[in-house]
Amino acid sequence: MLKIENLHMRFGGVVACNNFNAEIEKGQIVGLIGPNGAGKTTIFNVITGVYRPTAGQIIFSPTGKEQHPLAGLSPDTIAKLGVCRTFQNIRLFGELSVLENVFIGNHLRVKSDVFSTVLRLPHYVAEEKKLYEKSLYLLEKIGLQDTRDEKASSLPYGMQRRLEIARALATNPTLLLLDEPAAGMNPQETRELIQFIREIKQEFDLTIFLIEHHMDVIMEISEKIYVLDHGVLIAEGNPHEIQSNEKVVEAYLGVG
Amino acid sequence: MGDVSIFLQHLTNGISLGSLYALIAIGYTMVYGILRLINFAHGDIFMLGVYLTYYGVVYTALPWWLVFLLAPVLTGLIGILLERVAYKPLRGSARITILISAIGASFLLQNLGIVIFGGRPRAFPVPQMLNRVIRLGGVSINIVTFIIPAVTILLLIALTYFTTRTKTGLAMRALSKDYETASLMGIDINKIISITFFMGSFLAAIGGILWGSRYPQLMPLMGSMPGLKSFIAAVVGGIGNITGAVMGGFILGLGEIMLVAFLPRLSGYRDAFAFVLLIIILLVKPSGLMGDKVTEKV
Repeated sequence: MLKIENLHMRFGGVVACNNFNAEIEKGQIVGLIGPNGAGKTTIFNVITGVYRPTAGQIIFSPTGKEQHPLAGLSPDTIAKLGVCRTFQNIRLFGELSVLENVFIGNHLRVKSDVFSTVLRLPHYVAEEKKLYEKSLYLLEKIGLQDTRDEKASSLPYGMQRRLEIARALATNPTLLLLDEPAAGMNPQETRELIQFIREIKQEFDLTIFLIEHHMDVIMEISEKIYVLDHGVLIAEGNPHEIQSNEKVVEAYLGVG
Repeated sequence: MGDVSIFLQHLTNGISLGSLYALIAIGYTMVYGILRLINFAHGDIFMLGVYLTYYGVVYTALPWWLVFLLAPVLTGLIGILLERVAYKPLRGSARITILISAIGASFLLQNLGIVIFGGRPRAFPVPQMLNRVIRLGGVSINIVTFIIPAVTILLLIALTYFTTRTKTGLAMRALSKDYETASLMGIDINKIISITFFMGSFLAAIGGILWGSRYPQLMPLMGSMPGLKSFIAAVVGGIGNITGAVMGGFILGLGEIMLVAFLPRLSGYRDAFAFVLLIIILLVKPSGLMGDKVTEKV
């Protein structure tokens, strides 16, 4: 599904990511952890096209057949290929309504051109209706159908996180990147989130790559975990292996 | 009785001029909303729109109404070209760099206008249909004075529909809030920016045609003063906000006409009115009447 090879990302003299390798298979939930500033979000930014990597390759093959090198593509092209994400610091369109936020995600799946939009040709109207219904369905899924006309910024924090996921789902991704989805959540909300992630993975046939600081979340849902420290991959393996890895413990707690 | 009808005449004149400012101001405000750029060449795009119409009516056999439709479309395409050539290569540079490019583009278009169209003023070919004077009560008013606000209102309704009800409009609003996220959600930024420039330039050209029908004298530098004033209208209304731009346009148009009408001794300061208004608004409410609170993105 996604293969990252020898990825380097330098900003001037700062090396944010040094020779990172990873492989994610279809249907997996893979975790990416590491102390603050380890370069986790940088890797997400490189995958989604916000940054162009200094060196290295990212190969995305949603069906296993065709292979798309992502490096150098624009963010919207990558989104069209089926990679979408959420953000560590929530980045909803706060001024737009809850429904409009989800609708935006649908945007790139619209096939109609400007003319049929302006003239409201039948196939456009039919397409719009379908997307509208899909947006409503996604809102129902996250339990926000009653607040669909409110401003996104007026929602409570946990709901905004869910709305971000719904917006990403609206783009029809095959690979979903979640950047700290449980940040700022209490244990109850966190449990609900784990459940929610499992549900959407099942229903939308997703592969998920997530960054998370809540170790209980990561350990519970990841099948494979990559650990990053100062831009360098220091460990990879299943949750059990990671928990007992000395280097990981060292990176998190410092050397005693 | 006489006083009332004279006041009404000034009022219609003010609304009509205000509509023109509003149409041009929308282009400023839409581009600013998306690129955070004051497109100083916008007034000159307006000028190009008028000249294209002039050449279309005078030198081709096309009926005037078709030219009145085609010229704005062509102007819209020139707007897209302007963005591609003058702004797109600088995207991501400091805002001041792009601003200077805009000023450069403005001078370029003006001087190109002098070279190509000649510096001698020309008379705008106002169609007979629009050039009738009707008498209402004791005053005579040119019919175009009524047509201008009517066209403006129709375009405003269409624009509001577009920005609130269509997906491209929604993408535009999303883009104006958060560029990067919008593109990560699959919105093609370049396409939306092109559409924005097309629409702004299209409206400016319509404004230009109406302007020419009312003040039928064409000069290559004719865009600079209406351009500046419409820019002020956009700032007064709160730049980035379409409703604000329209409000600003009407305030400016009405204010200007009323100043000349009721304080004839100050009529020489007609153009100064706009700039005084700009200074006041920047002192009192820099974000404009409808503007959001200023949150500088770092």
